[in-house]
Amino acid sequence: MRNVLTIARKELNSYFQSPIAYVLIGAYAAMFGYFFWSLVYFFVRASMQAQMQGRSMPMNLNELVIRNLLGNCGVLCLFMIPMLTMRLFAEEKNRGTMELLLTSPLKDWEILLGKWAGAVGMYSSLLFFSSLNLIFLFAYGKPDWKPIAVGYLGLLLQGAAMLALGMFLSSITQNQIAAAFSTFVLLLMLWVFEWMSNMDQNMLTEVLTYMSLLRHNESFIKGVLDLKDVIYYLSVSFFGLFLTARSLESLRYRG
Amino acid sequence: MIQVEGLTKRYARNVAVDHVSFSVAKGQIVGFLGPNGAGKTTTMRMLTCFMPPSEGTATIAGFDVIKQPLEVKKRIGYLPETPPVYPDMEVGEYLQFVARLKGVPEKEVLRRSEEAAARCFVKDMWSRLIGKLSKGYRQRVGLAQAIIHNPDVLILDEPTSGFDPKQILETRDLIKSLAGDHTIVLSTHILQEVKAMCESLVIINKGRIATSGTMEDLTRRNGAVLELSIPTGAISVDDLRAPFVSIDGVSGVTATDEGGLWRIDVDTQTNEDLRPKLAQIVLAHGWNLYRLDSASVSLDELFLSLTNVVEEVQQ
Repeated sequence: MRNVLTIARKELNSYFQSPIAYVLIGAYAAMFGYFFWSLVYFFVRASMQAQMQGRSMPMNLNELVIRNLLGNCGVLCLFMIPMLTMRLFAEEKNRGTMELLLTSPLKDWEILLGKWAGAVGMYSSLLFFSSLNLIFLFAYGKPDWKPIAVGYLGLLLQGAAMLALGMFLSSITQNQIAAAFSTFVLLLMLWVFEWMSNMDQNMLTEVLTYMSLLRHNESFIKGVLDLKDVIYYLSVSFFGLFLTARSLESLRYRG
Repeated sequence: MIQVEGLTKRYARNVAVDHVSFSVAKGQIVGFLGPNGAGKTTTMRMLTCFMPPSEGTATIAGFDVIKQPLEVKKRIGYLPETPPVYPDMEVGEYLQFVARLKGVPEKEVLRRSEEAAARCFVKDMWSRLIGKLSKGYRQRVGLAQAIIHNPDVLILDEPTSGFDPKQILETRDLIKSLAGDHTIVLSTHILQEVKAMCESLVIINKGRIATSGTMEDLTRRNGAVLELSIPTGAISVDDLRAPFVSIDGVSGVTATDEGGLWRIDVDTQTNEDLRPKLAQIVLAHGWNLYRLDSASVSLDELFLSLTNVVEEVQQ
């Protein structure tokens, strides 16, 4: 366990020692801030119109602002995750530091779990900084906090699954660009699979839709904690970790 | 300390290491010598459990590299060809990270890291970014990393590459000072390095062991060389050779005139040192003796003859 923590801490530190953490936090904050501002702007205008027309129907902050906001975050992941995972193994292999890790008294699963945990930690800090925006909603309105918490849990689980897949792709190459791009394409594919369900309903489209990563986030964003979706994300994470473990093993044989 | 038997590494198309066997006693420094691409690095990678052998076994401090890799790794310090350092990290931070990886107890992490840094002369660089260090300093950080957990066995892949002459001397002293407590295997293709540091050596070529043994055994050749001063023409070659040929066990004698100075090479089949007998013969004849030496091959000659460098250049 100590080994996992040592590696996770080093991974987290190295994000912040390189410009990548700051660029990502800045970019994420800017995008999130823009989405947040535009949704709140729309919400304020709509509720003013409703009042002027004499409708007293209370407008729901959770439904109109937060749901859309978190839905957009899910899509932002497509662009953020490859940046987070590309260096995990590709950089170590390129720099020869892989030899240090593989000749230290560590088990393979400790290495990859540590790296994954470090990346999840970095991703959590992105989510954390974005959540600071929501303070304004609590200051000036009365959103329900529970669906927000569930929504963020969904984003975290979705991110963790994507990070595991990205880590695998990083472990099969030495080139960070190749790792990032292949991760992006894989995540994009897993997203657009869900469009199939709009075209036709049969076995194939159902399976593809089920595989779609973003699809499973919908219930979280609505504030519904569905065990089925939790299990989906956990199993995708596990699958990614498992593939990474295989890839490390083959690295040993190929040298 | 290190026992290697029939170690083999096969890739899809070629055999990188072919049935290599050798053993190293505790506290020794062993030089692993061979031309580039001979299989030195691959052998070291198998010893450090970086990659498993295709065949054969190796045990380090009594632990098998295939069956008990974690135990082996705890007892090994490894410096690969390129030092495994993170340019974004500070020296001190990096050494503490490695100490934790190697299982140094948390209380001792800082102390051990500082000790290793001091031993490898990088204490002054403690809070510098590794990426900003020169290659020589980076290599020293790599060496500090290898000794941080006080391993029984140190495996160093070309430890002095990239150093300036002063650093080379310092590093050699450092490595020599580490022997005794540590068993050291170092690879190199620089012959002076081996002469300066190693007690025994293994010469490897094209994945096979060409020869191995102590420096003395490998470079000693049975026989002796004499140099005598006798005016040219005063004695015939045959007369000069005659007394030497008649010694027991002598297999060949050649005498060459080098301008008033005769050089006589005496070869024997036995391990007996001939020098006292030769001296007596010279004195009995009243010749002036200028040199009497046991014959030895230089390491360079040995290396070249074993590795056929000429052939490789042609390829």
